[in-house]
Amino acid sequence: MANLASEFIGIKSPNPFWLASAPPTDKEYNVRRAFEAGWGGVVWKTLGEEGPPVVNVNGPRYGAIWGADRRLLGLNNIELITDRPLEVNLREIKAVKKDYPDRAIIVSLMVPCEEEAWKKILPLVEETGADGVELNFGCPHGMSERGMGAAVGQVPEYIEMVTRWVKQYSKLPCIVKLTPNITDVRKPAEAAMRGGADAVSLINTINSITSVDLDLFAPEPTIDGKGAHGGYCGPAVKPIALNMVAEIARNPETANLPISGIGGVTTWKDAAEFMALGAGNVQVCTAAMTYGFKIVQEMISGLSDWMDQKGVTSVSEIVGRAVPNTTDWKDLNLNYIAKAKIDQDLCISCGRCFAACEDTSHQAINMSDDRVFSVNDDECVACNLCVNVCPIQDCITMEQMPAGAIDPRTGEKVSDKHGDWTTHPNNPMATAAE
Amino acid sequence: MPNSIATNGVVAERLDKQTLADNFTDLHPPLDDHEALVAADRCYFCHDAPCMTACPTDIDIPLFIRQIATGTPDASAKTIFSQNILGGMCARVCPTETLCEEVCVRETAEGKPVEIGRLQRYATDTLMGKGIHPFVRAKSTGKKVAVVGAGPAGLSCAHRLAMLGNNVVIYDARAKAGGLNEFGIASYKSVDGFAQNELNWLLSIGGIELKTGQSLGVDITLDGLSNDYHAVFLGMGLAGVNALRADGEDKDNVLDAVSFIADLRQASDLSKLSIGRRVVVIGGGMTAVDAAVQAKLLGAEEVTIAYRRGKDRMSASVYEQDLATSKGVRILYNVQPERILGNGAAVGVEFAYTQTKDGKLVSTGETFELRADQVFKAIGQTLTGAPDALTIEHGKIAVDEFGRTSQSGVWAGGDCANGGEDLTVTAVAEGRDAAMDIHASLTA
Ligand SMILES: Cc1cc2nc3c(=O)[nH]c(=O)nc-3n(C[C@H](O)[C@H](O)[C@H](O)COP(=O)(O)OP(=O)(O)OC[C@H]3O[C@@H](n4cnc5c(N)ncnc54)[C@H](O)[C@@H]3O)c2cc1C
Ligand SMILES: Cc1cc2nc3c(=O)[nH]c(=O)nc-3n(C[C@H](O)[C@H](O)[C@H](O)COP(=O)(O)O)c2cc1C
Ligand code: SF4
Ligand code: SF4
Ligand code: SF4
Repeated sequence: MANLASEFIGIKSPNPFWLASAPPTDKEYNVRRAFEAGWGGVVWKTLGEEGPPVVNVNGPRYGAIWGADRRLLGLNNIELITDRPLEVNLREIKAVKKDYPDRAIIVSLMVPCEEEAWKKILPLVEETGADGVELNFGCPHGMSERGMGAAVGQVPEYIEMVTRWVKQYSKLPCIVKLTPNITDVRKPAEAAMRGGADAVSLINTINSITSVDLDLFAPEPTIDGKGAHGGYCGPAVKPIALNMVAEIARNPETANLPISGIGGVTTWKDAAEFMALGAGNVQVCTAAMTYGFKIVQEMISGLSDWMDQKGVTSVSEIVGRAVPNTTDWKDLNLNYIAKAKIDQDLCISCGRCFAACEDTSHQAINMSDDRVFSVNDDECVACNLCVNVCPIQDCITMEQMPAGAIDPRTGEKVSDKHGDWTTHPNNPMATAAE
Repeated sequence: MPNSIATNGVVAERLDKQTLADNFTDLHPPLDDHEALVAADRCYFCHDAPCMTACPTDIDIPLFIRQIATGTPDASAKTIFSQNILGGMCARVCPTETLCEEVCVRETAEGKPVEIGRLQRYATDTLMGKGIHPFVRAKSTGKKVAVVGAGPAGLSCAHRLAMLGNNVVIYDARAKAGGLNEFGIASYKSVDGFAQNELNWLLSIGGIELKTGQSLGVDITLDGLSNDYHAVFLGMGLAGVNALRADGEDKDNVLDAVSFIADLRQASDLSKLSIGRRVVVIGGGMTAVDAAVQAKLLGAEEVTIAYRRGKDRMSASVYEQDLATSKGVRILYNVQPERILGNGAAVGVEFAYTQTKDGKLVSTGETFELRADQVFKAIGQTLTGAPDALTIEHGKIAVDEFGRTSQSGVWAGGDCANGGEDLTVTAVAEGRDAAMDIHASLTA
């Protein structure tokens, strides 16, 4: 079994699976049970400043969307940061860290954008023995109306300023948690780096309204007839999060900035994907909230089996392996030609591929009178739509055409040379190929 | 094909080879990759899952199903085997309808459980198909344990002991190991020599020596084993069969269902097996169902199961009963055999109707006759050959919760031991748990 031991910005944990700052990490009771279940680390639910804690709504906090069989795909929440007193949280963090010295405990923080506030809270955190801090510049609801969370995360200058204070007043490793509610995620990441952050973590939740109550004419979750936008997370946000992680990983400015990947991690495979795109570890919230702490066992066995298969002995070897293959569109090889192919033994003749291709794509699937579906290579542009709508896994595959063959669609010979848009004759800006 | 289903008497070759081969294929064909993903997706990953509680070996069912759903069937198999080393056989033979699947929340909610048994088979087949044995032995404890009986109880016990670093010698009276996995389970539940393949795969952990043709009480004694080994585990099953106590039981073609099934399991050519035109099976358990169904599949024209109590009391599950009737077997309830008819060979059975009066089963006085050229007795097996020194309770070796018998240094489990249902999976659990206790006592 592969060794999953992980080291992220100097913080060690027995595996790269951390629980993200959220209800699963809101208190000692949860965190102890999470560690017993096998989680490598936790980012404690975000702490605010001393004094009376924030107050949460007493109506529904969550909205959701579901896939087939009511599988939860996306979760929306309007919860604030911790609503328990600062001293209680600090005391509990200290107690848990003492009993679980091999696990990572990071403390998430959100205090007003004032130097004094940060200067005041950091020594209290250091005193707990926690391994690091995460600056919550991400929550998009509630706290952002009070000038914190995403309100800071959307202004790179603020990120840089606060990060600098944190590095100035504390020796703790500092992770800056980014909001996805921004047009170019590279900017806040660069700002965090300039401020001296040891790492960034992303994504926090995405602004969302999941549904509308059509009797009350109010967004859901509805509280006494009104609803506010919330933060979206869960499997549905994974593609957005993966792209943002990759954007930072392949940006030359931030290429060496460690990333903790968050957003829809539900299985070992999701975790491996985040890590391949540059995340040093992953954080999980919705999957644990949906299935309980025990899912980490599947993540552990799955990642370790996959690493064994790949002959990889340490998690650090997978980090960033897919980054060099993540490019701009203009660099994709236009001479790569593929065709869809339907495995007639697997096909159940539902006709979905036909409807998709005939009605909305390239009319490249033929349907016979006795419902045999086959691809017409003369028309197929290998768009992959049929693959994605086919209910049977691996029934339709994309087969690469060998160099030298004639593409029946264009009548042209398949080239064995790389040829992309930068050199394509149709591109007015093409630089001549040598 | 010289004979047909309508040929009188007990004859071979009633069906052609192809029909026989079709009849005896897998009862439940294995799931392919896609089917397995679809089936696994239905699991809710329940907390403190009821299915897991219902499994006698406590397999972490939600976890192994999630591991299938996430594309790691090897990890899934390890989850299964760590609790139940015969998870492959159990996936085929467990009456899941009265165990895990009966209590699956989706059975309760929709009457359609997650297909736990078939998913378990998918995972275990995947890993075993690669010839991978997922466990290695711990460093040697220097202890030697004798196991009597190479059925599920003995094999499970031996494997766990070997894994923990002990050396094990298994003694079995038969020439072939496997117990009822090899000689009892219906053919269509364990096709393609699975029992022997699984046995070899299990033994590949090392540290287990198999001695066949060694019968306790004949070739070896408990005292001898106790002297030569640090501990003894008895997993000898129930080698005897109950008598019918009806007149004419000694007539020709009145046979034990268990030996009929054993012959069938060992037959290299099913067309050479003789079967009656009209077969009567007496009993109400899994053995009765298996004998009846297999008689039908061999080409008997009329097969009747005669059970002395009502449908609700039958120990074969409703699922098994439905399987029998779907194959064309007729089940008669509330009838008991009075005598076997015929001179020399059986030609029929006289039955009396029964009723329960004051908690006792009595004849109503009304009788009827059924034609039969072959009669199978499937009214239960009994313990034989148990060492005299051991306390017997309810006809079985008395054991405590750890599998300890009345004699120190001797453990027992499986069908021969008191407690638990007589099922493969229960035997596996008891063998494993006894092994843990033996190991603890040897290394204390
Ligand atoms: C026909 C039939 C069908 C069944 N079908 C199912 C089913 O579908 N599903 C299910 O869960 N259960 C089924 N069962 C029950 C299941 O097979 C048993 O519960 C299980 O095999 C018990 O395991 P065991 O190891 O205790 O005994 P066994 O499997 O009986 O093994 C005992 C072993 O001990 C050996 N032995 C006996 N006496 C001695 C001796 N004196 N010295 C040395 N060795 C000895 C025997 O040769 C045998 O190998 C069935 C039983 C029968 C009879
Ligand atoms: C109910 C809820 C509360 C959350 N609270 C916080 C928080 O206090 N601090 C924080 O940094 N992120 C918070 N998050 C965001 C998560 O930490 C995480 O970034 C997000 O849910 C995406 O990961 P996921 O798809 O695994 O859930 C919260 C998320 C949820 C669902
Ligand atoms: S999940 Fe628990 S706290 Fe939340 S509404 Fe349901 S019962 Fe109440
Ligand atoms: S969508 Fe898939 S299964 Fe359906 S007809 Fe097309 S190839 Fe066959
Ligand atoms: S009870 Fe059914 S749904 Fe729940 S964990 Fe078990 S198999 Fe899955």
